[in-house]
Amino acid sequence: MVLELKKPRPVWQIMFSTHHTDVGLLYTITGLAFLFMGGVLAMMIRTHLFFPGQNVLISDSVTFNRIFTVHGLTMLFLFALPVANGIGNYLVPLMVRYKDMAYPKLNAIAFWMNPIGGALLWLGFSDTSWVSYAPYSVIRAPGPAADMMIFGLKILGISSILSSINFIVTILKCKHPDLPLRRVPLFAWSMMTVSLMTLVAMPSYAAALIMLLTDRLGVSGFFNPTAGGDPIAYLHLFWFTFHPEVYIFLLPSIGMMYEIIPRFARKPLYSQGSGVFAFVMLGLIGFASWGHHMYSTGMDFTTKVVFMIGTLAAVPASGMHVFNFLATMWGGRIRFAAPMKFAVGGIALFFSAGAGGVLNSAMPLDFISHGTYWVVGHMHLFLTGTIAFGFVGMIYYMFPLITGRMYSEKLANIHFVGMLWGSVQVFFTQHLLGLEGMPRRVYDYPAEYTSWTQLNQIATIGAWILGASFVAFLINLIYYSAKGKEANMDDPFGIGGKYYYPYQAKNPHHVGY
Amino acid sequence: MGHDTAEWVFVGVVIAILVYVGVDSWVVQKEVEEVPADAEIIKVTAQQWFWSFEHADGTKEISTLHLKKGHAYNFEIYSKDVMHSFNIPDWVVFEDAVPGHVNHAWFAPDQTGEFPIQCREYCGLLHYNMRGSLIVEDDKS
Ligand code: HEM
Ligand SMILES: [Cu+2]
Ligand SMILES: [Cu+2]
Repeated sequence: MVLELKKPRPVWQIMFSTHHTDVGLLYTITGLAFLFMGGVLAMMIRTHLFFPGQNVLISDSVTFNRIFTVHGLTMLFLFALPVANGIGNYLVPLMVRYKDMAYPKLNAIAFWMNPIGGALLWLGFSDTSWVSYAPYSVIRAPGPAADMMIFGLKILGISSILSSINFIVTILKCKHPDLPLRRVPLFAWSMMTVSLMTLVAMPSYAAALIMLLTDRLGVSGFFNPTAGGDPIAYLHLFWFTFHPEVYIFLLPSIGMMYEIIPRFARKPLYSQGSGVFAFVMLGLIGFASWGHHMYSTGMDFTTKVVFMIGTLAAVPASGMHVFNFLATMWGGRIRFAAPMKFAVGGIALFFSAGAGGVLNSAMPLDFISHGTYWVVGHMHLFLTGTIAFGFVGMIYYMFPLITGRMYSEKLANIHFVGMLWGSVQVFFTQHLLGLEGMPRRVYDYPAEYTSWTQLNQIATIGAWILGASFVAFLINLIYYSAKGKEANMDDPFGIGGKYYYPYQAKNPHHVGY
Repeated sequence: MGHDTAEWVFVGVVIAILVYVGVDSWVVQKEVEEVPADAEIIKVTAQQWFWSFEHADGTKEISTLHLKKGHAYNFEIYSKDVMHSFNIPDWVVFEDAVPGHVNHAWFAPDQTGEFPIQCREYCGLLHYNMRGSLIVEDDKS
């Protein structure tokens, strides 16, 4: 029923389909394509920074600025969101035992907005940085690049609202009547949480984008101080969306780990209830902390304290997930196939990332870290270390389910070791660079700071290792999906006993409370 | 169940650490923001892509700022165009320069020497090169 690729079909049958597994595949494949495109930009940035004062690869700062901007936009909006939506599309209807998403046509429309938005971002190649702070984005950023970015993001934002509505209705309204909500698998819970968050978070940025556009056209002055506006207003509107949005990026990958860990630990999940509780908590408290991105904008002491408390309050919920994973693995007979390796690696990096996040939220420490490479390291430990690890693990996990074939475990191993090693080397080093005071988003740095040069070179080598490991992934995806060994569909990972697919109703791994 | 106790203990420990971080930050930040009454005002103006300074007595400097050891200084930070961020990393002086707003940061150097000044908020083309230096000298008067 779900072996899409086992019987070859003409590509357009998948492209013009509205069936959830087809749309899911389209989302996932598009997201992965953008991952590789964004990855190339990342390699260019890191390679350029290997030597100070030299024009390695990128010979002017405008191009450099455009590259880091499009890298960030691509990884967040064209990789992280689409892959989560793709896997969500594939599995959520199966998990709630419904024949499709609630609104299949809407689903396909929401998907097709992604390539359009992506094309606008890439053809424009804006230099505003992904946050597009006003008034730079209003008075200085060159058009049409910045305008194309605004339209592209607008379209992607609408797409994410539409798919959120679809997930919420599918889960709440279409789930099988025999399946109580509390027993819906945690991955579906994570998709529902982030969908609800999207509906609350997204409108403020949607408004800010329109205001940016009219400001750029000169018909309004919301964020333009020379026209009586205030740039700080933009920051509030932006971060009100994007602090919650970081959890929207994160939670689906945590949900995927909830699928993988009990299965490969050969033990029931430690606690379904605690997982649901932690998702809902994060979904609520995630809205109380956006100001931690604005400590240094001239915020008064009391406001800073309020946002610091809001930020710290969200941490225990993240900790509960880590505990849940560890307690599930505790005493299990763990089978370290590729999905499990990536899940466990992701949890380790998630933990370090969270610890660093707590330090960011401490007001005095943020005056050391804000705007430096520390923040770059912090967010990448989440975005690559946790989110990409979860996604990659999940893709290996679904590989036999989708293709009917096995990936090469040896290549997956190379991928895992390279990705973990590379991530640790580049992102931990970036934290150190931040402590040394190196600002982020710089085209060049002074050659006389030898520690900056050394740390940059260590980071760049780490990035190369990380990048190279993805070649193994690519071979697995392309070659082994066509030529791999036929998978043993009863137990593709050699876990022993009966193998339960994620969607199976009587899946004992979902009961554990 | 024994299981649940373990989770409660874990969450308790996490909360205790967070409370410690929060309280400590509160105390330190409170102290850091206590500006000495005799701090001399230095006007700092950011614009693409350099810093200019104006001392209390009206003398102006561009890119290089000369200050005296043993005095407290309160920076009044302005921007003429886009957002920047005024930063002297060695002295943890850091505050955004926001057009239409006046921000503050203060410090009291107790050591002579030359220290880098840089911009820590992306501000366009030459953001990477929006650098200056602070020279702290002995107070001879
Ligand atoms: C334990 C949970 C977390 C805490 C306490 C935390 C805290 C913080 C703080 C205080 C900052 C501001 C740093 C600064 O700019 O000075 C920050 C920045 C950031 N965080 Fe987190 N964070 C957490 C989780 C996450 C997650 C899960 C993600 C992504 C999936 C994430 C992505 C980011 C990004 C992208 C930025 C920088 C945005 C930018 O300026 O470009 N964080 N975080
Ligand atoms: Cu945040
Ligand atoms: Cu700057």
